[in-house]
Amino acid sequence: MDFIQWFIQGFSYWFVTPMQHEFMVKAILVSALVGLVCSALSCYMTLKGWALMGDAVSHAVLPGVVIAYVMNIPLAIGAFVFGVGSVVAIGFIKAKTRIKEDTVIGLVFTGFFALGLVLVSKIRSTIDLTHILFGNVLGISDSDIIQTVIISVITLVTLAILRKDLILFCFDSTHARSIGLNTTFLYYTLLSLLSLTAVAGLQTVGIILVVAMLVTPGATAYLLSDRFDHMTLIAMALGVFSSVMGTYISYHIDGSTGGCIVVLQTILFVLAMIFAPKHGIIAQSKNAEINY
Amino acid sequence: MGNISINIENVTVAYHGKVALHSASIKLEEGTICGLVGMNGAGKSTLFKAIMGFVKPVRGTVSIHGLPIRQVQKRNLVAYVPQSEEVDWNFPVNVYDVVMMGRYGYMNVLRIPRSIDKQVVQESLERVGLWDMRFKQIGELSGGQKKRAFFARALAQQGTVLLLDEPFAGVDIKTEKLMIDMLMELRQAGYTILISTHDLSSITTFCDQVVLINRTILAYGNTSEVFTEENLSRTFGGSVGDFSGTKANSRNQY
Repeated sequence: MDFIQWFIQGFSYWFVTPMQHEFMVKAILVSALVGLVCSALSCYMTLKGWALMGDAVSHAVLPGVVIAYVMNIPLAIGAFVFGVGSVVAIGFIKAKTRIKEDTVIGLVFTGFFALGLVLVSKIRSTIDLTHILFGNVLGISDSDIIQTVIISVITLVTLAILRKDLILFCFDSTHARSIGLNTTFLYYTLLSLLSLTAVAGLQTVGIILVVAMLVTPGATAYLLSDRFDHMTLIAMALGVFSSVMGTYISYHIDGSTGGCIVVLQTILFVLAMIFAPKHGIIAQSKNAEINY
Repeated sequence: MGNISINIENVTVAYHGKVALHSASIKLEEGTICGLVGMNGAGKSTLFKAIMGFVKPVRGTVSIHGLPIRQVQKRNLVAYVPQSEEVDWNFPVNVYDVVMMGRYGYMNVLRIPRSIDKQVVQESLERVGLWDMRFKQIGELSGGQKKRAFFARALAQQGTVLLLDEPFAGVDIKTEKLMIDMLMELRQAGYTILISTHDLSSITTFCDQVVLINRTILAYGNTSEVFTEENLSRTFGGSVGDFSGTKANSRNQY
């Protein structure tokens, strides 16, 4: 009886009390949504091997975000232009010079990011660099919430419609092309979604950590499943769980929200890496023993 | 005489101004198995890409059943079986999913399988003997089964032109025999099959025609006429080791 009472009290202290603050209600809902969208996309990023690309695009959107802020247009539009622009620039430099792709990616995204830093520091405004870099979900504005919802709906609907084509594109783009699928369209679609979700993720965990949201849940789920649909569901569950729990934890320990979410995601990944039923380290080493 | 199926006319392909394939002309009839023989970098995959419409020739035209490539793609006419090395075997799809991908070109935008699609996939899987393995993740298959899974996808696509890239590399004898039997059946049904390989010994056993390639078409025609010592040494620049060597002898047993 005492235990149950203790549990209920603890539960309500942890999960219910914070909800008395309107900002916490908003933060939890936005985090959950961003976690959902980013992790849905993360499955494609993981399987396509686009982690570095995700990192590049999420950094490269910074100047776009700042310019959009100054021009008073939705940040997503600026981010979209610079996100896709950075990839076009990467493709152009790769095609026209002898420099290898990973070098070009490193070169372009740091260049764009640096330009963004200069712009932030020079424009006179209330724009707060730390909020962009590290997220500020506890202080999210209503217009930002609306923007996040719009981005989420666009991304989830696009993924739902193009799911099978995108899977085929990630798995075997040669076959996709040979049966007449427009792989260039699929490539830029995936890229556009990446730029958009980078903006959504920017609100919660910030530009620097958004790549974790776009990679870690997919990678964790990949270790836990052999079917794409299961992988997506697992990734989304992990994404929502770690976003919501991370936000709560950050409230209670008064720490960085983005940091808490990503640390939690990383812990879940490490657990999966060790204990996953089939692809975990323990299971793998048992398999190896059987084979001998 | 059958109808012309693959018609490659005076095709030149260049990447960044570097010519990869020069003035290639090939006509293949329906109901032909043709071996495409050449060294790495001789232009085999460039020729495949030209047939699938992935590269735009600088000069010349490619047509299949008289249709331009864009139409060919829309009608799912060309099915491609990739080399094993090109496939990500850890990808979270099972055998059934992969074969179903052969049907995407026939489905609506959402790629929801109709009963005809399911039926064709089942038939294709049964034909290669993988129906019982359909729920396995593709990486769990043996080397031969992997090849058969992608072969089943090509069957499910129901294109009448098959391109196979090194189909017998790393494959067990049972699978090789099964695949050759199936290729013979498909030839009977009027398929045109182009097989890229550097395994010369198996070619003579089932290919009607051979194309020898080294940046251009060196020779092509009936296997018995084209497969001469002189032509082969032109193709391989003097070394025809695995034609007359022990590997050829060991494969002659069936």
